[in-house]
Amino acid sequence: MIGWALRRLTQSLLVILLMTLVVFIGLNAIGNPMDILVGEDLNQAERLQAIAHLGLDKPLWQQYLIFLKGALHGNLGQSFVYHEDAMRLILQRLPATFELAFSALFLAVVIGVPLGMFAGTWPDHPVSKLLMAGSIVGFSLPAFWVALMMIMLFSITLGWLPASGRGETREWLGVQWSWLTLDGLQHLLLPALNLALFKISLVLRLTRAGVREVLPQEFVKFARAKGLSPLRVMCMHVMRNTMIPVVTVLAMELGSTIAYAVVTESIFAWPGAGKLILDSINMLDRPVVVAYLMVVVVIFVVLNLIVDGLYYLLDPRVRVEASR
Amino acid sequence: MNAIPKTATASVGLQAQSPWRRVAVEFTRSPSAMLGLVVLMIIILVAALAPWIVVQNPYDLMQLNVMDARMAPGSPNMDTGYTYWLGTDGQGRDLVSAIIYGLRISLWVGIGSALIAAVIGTLLGLASAYAGGWVDALLMRFVDLLLSFPVILMALMILAWLGKGVGNVMLTLVLLEWAYYARTARGQALTESRREYVDAARGQGIGPWRIVIGHILPNCLPPLIVIGALQIARAITLEATLSFLGLGVPVTEPSLGLLIANGFQYMLSNEYWISLFPGLALLITIVAINLVGDRLRDVLNPRLQR
Repeated sequence: MIGWALRRLTQSLLVILLMTLVVFIGLNAIGNPMDILVGEDLNQAERLQAIAHLGLDKPLWQQYLIFLKGALHGNLGQSFVYHEDAMRLILQRLPATFELAFSALFLAVVIGVPLGMFAGTWPDHPVSKLLMAGSIVGFSLPAFWVALMMIMLFSITLGWLPASGRGETREWLGVQWSWLTLDGLQHLLLPALNLALFKISLVLRLTRAGVREVLPQEFVKFARAKGLSPLRVMCMHVMRNTMIPVVTVLAMELGSTIAYAVVTESIFAWPGAGKLILDSINMLDRPVVVAYLMVVVVIFVVLNLIVDGLYYLLDPRVRVEASR
Repeated sequence: MNAIPKTATASVGLQAQSPWRRVAVEFTRSPSAMLGLVVLMIIILVAALAPWIVVQNPYDLMQLNVMDARMAPGSPNMDTGYTYWLGTDGQGRDLVSAIIYGLRISLWVGIGSALIAAVIGTLLGLASAYAGGWVDALLMRFVDLLLSFPVILMALMILAWLGKGVGNVMLTLVLLEWAYYARTARGQALTESRREYVDAARGQGIGPWRIVIGHILPNCLPPLIVIGALQIARAITLEATLSFLGLGVPVTEPSLGLLIANGFQYMLSNEYWISLFPGLALLITIVAINLVGDRLRDVLNPRLQR
């Protein structure tokens, strides 16, 4: 176990190091940030001074080493645009993104699991067939377009829900949250539902497949024979055995949910890290882009590590393979 | 009891035919997949013949009249008298024409990038399986790494680096997609290379590359075709998303994603059609491809064959 964990940990660190290199070199090839950040009216001496101030005059490898040293201290440079610590900018915006991503996953479970259970228990029911067809549409729908249609229907035509911003927030654990106020929840609903759409289809299909696999098994018959109520059999015996793949897939989906929040946040003007990164790409604000990518890479690697670890603990077959 | 001999003879009859023919026959048994195929054929035909179908070239600024901007569906054109059936966008483009031209870009980018990625990925996957050892290990770890990050994130990164443009979007999609084919081709090739027909070919003294291309590759095709169909749909969605975010195609030649993005600003004044109709065109295209892809997966999956 310790050997396996150490090997996985080393691999993960290598991946992070590799990504710092790729991200850094990749982003250094984007245009010249000086043209955008420094006005046209500067003379040559002032330009050179600004370049030196931003550290853009040093050779690339030296810039990388400075960047790496900073990264180890959690310092990924100053934003060219906001003149603030890039890392701090990202971390300030990250809670809003996390709030959105977790709300989306929550909705995916709350909506997807019951529908999947229904479709799995009565596969030939017309509603089940409708749900399966609906899930194909759910996979096919371009999320950004659905977002616009949601805004049009619920915000403009019906006027039920607000379409932009976080609404009223309340502080908890030193961070501002939207889900603690009614106004914030109203603002949260549309973007979270939009981000959840694909996940709902995924959870529905996974749950349905799981239920169909588990229902004919002996222990379900036994539970029924014991005289347990159908609801109890469903909730206690069937659910427990279908939730493992659902939970694993959702844990892995958290990363991509955070990444896709870029699209949702930009449409609903949700002030999270995704909107920040999009603005930063457009303004060639290199330190912020680098900081964001590094944060997301680390989140990803950690998530993968946790999922792998869970697999290792839960599934004996993985252990056999790993020890080979 | 009566049904069993019937299906048995039917499957024997099918076995005698060529495998591709059997796949085609099986495919036609699903009405929804056939509907998807027909719709897809119509879309491709319309997109291919676009210059002869549409009333105006939406990319030719000379043909656009700004006075006709943001007209509701069904309004008449002031100059020539034809009707804007789906209305016009912010630049006065006829939306029917703009959607058909946008579809052209979307299909070209989606199918083009999927094909290039398929060729590159399959060859790399076969080479990886054939080479084995550290080459194989290195390539597959790289594939794992690539696939463990969400495509949208990688696409943002690559496009931030390359800049806008149809060519750059295609390059980005190829860079992101080849790994799927490589992984599948490698896995399939490893299974196939243990089969007896490969031993037989080797025994006849056929060269290694001829065995890989002529004998193993054809047997790796079914799963690759399924991936290809689903990847085209994914590529079209991703292109639309990137264009929507302003990182894809140039403003002068809007694809569906950009048309939708341009309509966003007018939506607040209830001019819904600029975003609605291009999105519907996108949705119909993707659903059609997914229906065909889903059926192909069922038909080509050896585990589901009776």
